[in-house]
Amino acid sequence: MKNKSDAEHNPRYIRTLLADYRLYLLLLPVVLWYALWFYKPIAGLLIAFKSYQPNLGVMDSDFVGFANIVSLVDGNFAGQFWRAFRNTFVINIYGLLFGFPIPILLAIAFSEIRNTVYRNVVQTLSYLPHFLSEVTITGLVLTLLYNGEVTTGAISQLLMDFGLIDESTRIIQNADYFQPMFIITGIWKEAGYSSIVYFAAVMGISPILYEALKVDGGNKLQELRYVTLPGMAPTLIIMIVLRIGQMLSVGYERVILLYNANTYETADVLSTFVLRIGLEAGNQSMGASADLFNSLIGFMLVIGANFISREISDSSLW
Amino acid sequence: MIRLSRSEFIFKFITILLVTIFSLLAFYPVIYSFSASISGKIAYESGQVVLFPKDISFQVYELIYQDKSLWISFINTLFYTIFGTAWSIFISATGAYALAKRRLLFRRWFNFLVVFTMWFNAGMVPLYLNYVTMNVDNRWGIIVAFGVQGFNIILLRSFFEAIPKEIEEAARIDGANEFDLLTKIFLPMSKAAIATVTLFYATSRWNSYFWSRMLLKDPNELPLQVYMRILIENYESMFENMPIDLPYSSDSYIFAVLVVSIIPVLIIYPYLQRYFARGVNLGGVKE
Repeated sequence: MKNKSDAEHNPRYIRTLLADYRLYLLLLPVVLWYALWFYKPIAGLLIAFKSYQPNLGVMDSDFVGFANIVSLVDGNFAGQFWRAFRNTFVINIYGLLFGFPIPILLAIAFSEIRNTVYRNVVQTLSYLPHFLSEVTITGLVLTLLYNGEVTTGAISQLLMDFGLIDESTRIIQNADYFQPMFIITGIWKEAGYSSIVYFAAVMGISPILYEALKVDGGNKLQELRYVTLPGMAPTLIIMIVLRIGQMLSVGYERVILLYNANTYETADVLSTFVLRIGLEAGNQSMGASADLFNSLIGFMLVIGANFISREISDSSLW
Repeated sequence: MIRLSRSEFIFKFITILLVTIFSLLAFYPVIYSFSASISGKIAYESGQVVLFPKDISFQVYELIYQDKSLWISFINTLFYTIFGTAWSIFISATGAYALAKRRLLFRRWFNFLVVFTMWFNAGMVPLYLNYVTMNVDNRWGIIVAFGVQGFNIILLRSFFEAIPKEIEEAARIDGANEFDLLTKIFLPMSKAAIATVTLFYATSRWNSYFWSRMLLKDPNELPLQVYMRILIENYESMFENMPIDLPYSSDSYIFAVLVVSIIPVLIIYPYLQRYFARGVNLGGVKE
């Protein structure tokens, strides 16, 4: 606790506080905001251990201990719950395998462009989809992939022309296509924007290192292997840690907007499961149990990943 | 001109080609939506519209122009974006200023409370129940209860921390109090950070969908994203309701609405994009 000011150890700090009331007045809005809209709902997670009755409210509903959690993992909804758990995990693994490397490659590729005007143009274009809404993006995806009696979306048509799918395949209604569709949409929307961080890392590598390698007769691959990637290492580690910490969260808005009853098998993730069981079907306590489960594992993943990264390198989040 | 070896040349050529293709793909749907919205029915439905429009007609935009509920939702979204962003900036800037001050009591503890919000959340059910108990089912509720992000507070805080102590001390000697310092020194000196955070908040307000749809009761308060989604969901039934002899495909209507929602983003994007690259890297969130 080396950053503590002297005032904190001063028994008369109340007086100091009064004299400095304006500073605390400035702190007040953010504290109140988080208390009301972030920490109060965390207290509401209590209903995971209660049999929630809307007319009684969170505090007065009956306490049932771990009954909800037991019935979640081994009861009526267990099948759906574990399916959602599996899908969440699988989608994240694919996201890590395909979604994680592409922004890195993109950043390295951007750095190869020496003409800064041209580079700015391509970079700016690649960031754009990040700023479009999920509704717009998924609206586009759904229309482009649509395959109905009257019209066929442009991409569906293209895939048919190349013989990759046949005339009767309805991509948006087919569980086999959901995960690829979801991952590709994500890469298309976010890869350019995610490359910003890596691009800064590549540009931060000293040109002297590249010169030295060149003098030693190194080729392009060796340059990547011995200069670029090691130079990016701190950033890569931080980003991997962040990514692993997110292994149990999937952008649920995009799932809700892309999935339908025909694709639940591969598309239903924990948060959409919570939405349907907890809110739409009114099993609030069951939903809150799944929320608690999800948040706790997610939080442990962040802490675990941060610990590992601190052990193997100097980089850590805190 | 530096001479490139053969392998370097090939490497460069391929990377630049791939990057160019990726960037064009990122922009393609925007162009396609516009082309599809103004193309003729036959050209569109027979798949002749690939990049450029064919049998151009702006008739669909006349229909858009007359769609009253679309414009109500558009104005609602403007309202949510302007007031919501102002609210989020107010909370974030005041908070970041206080958290940047070394002398703040329990500073580390308060900072932790903000950073923690980036790594944990209560989940959908407790959030929903909280919003319902707090009556977040109207315009002002949506503005007040949403939009503050820990990341942006930390970003502003690191900017404020970088402002030299001497400037602050000089202003204090001249009799400035905390409010003066924030509004006359810290905010003007962090224009780039404020611009970045404004961009982040404004786009997230403009694009927000889920909670507005879950919570808002009055159809006249729905934002554009919700209106657009409802339109897309009724996509298949649109064929039945549309007169057969229209000169454009019913898809064109959807694409035209998508264009309407994208245009404001495209307009402000060039002005703001020079800021955010710097902002993202500064965020390098470290407590």
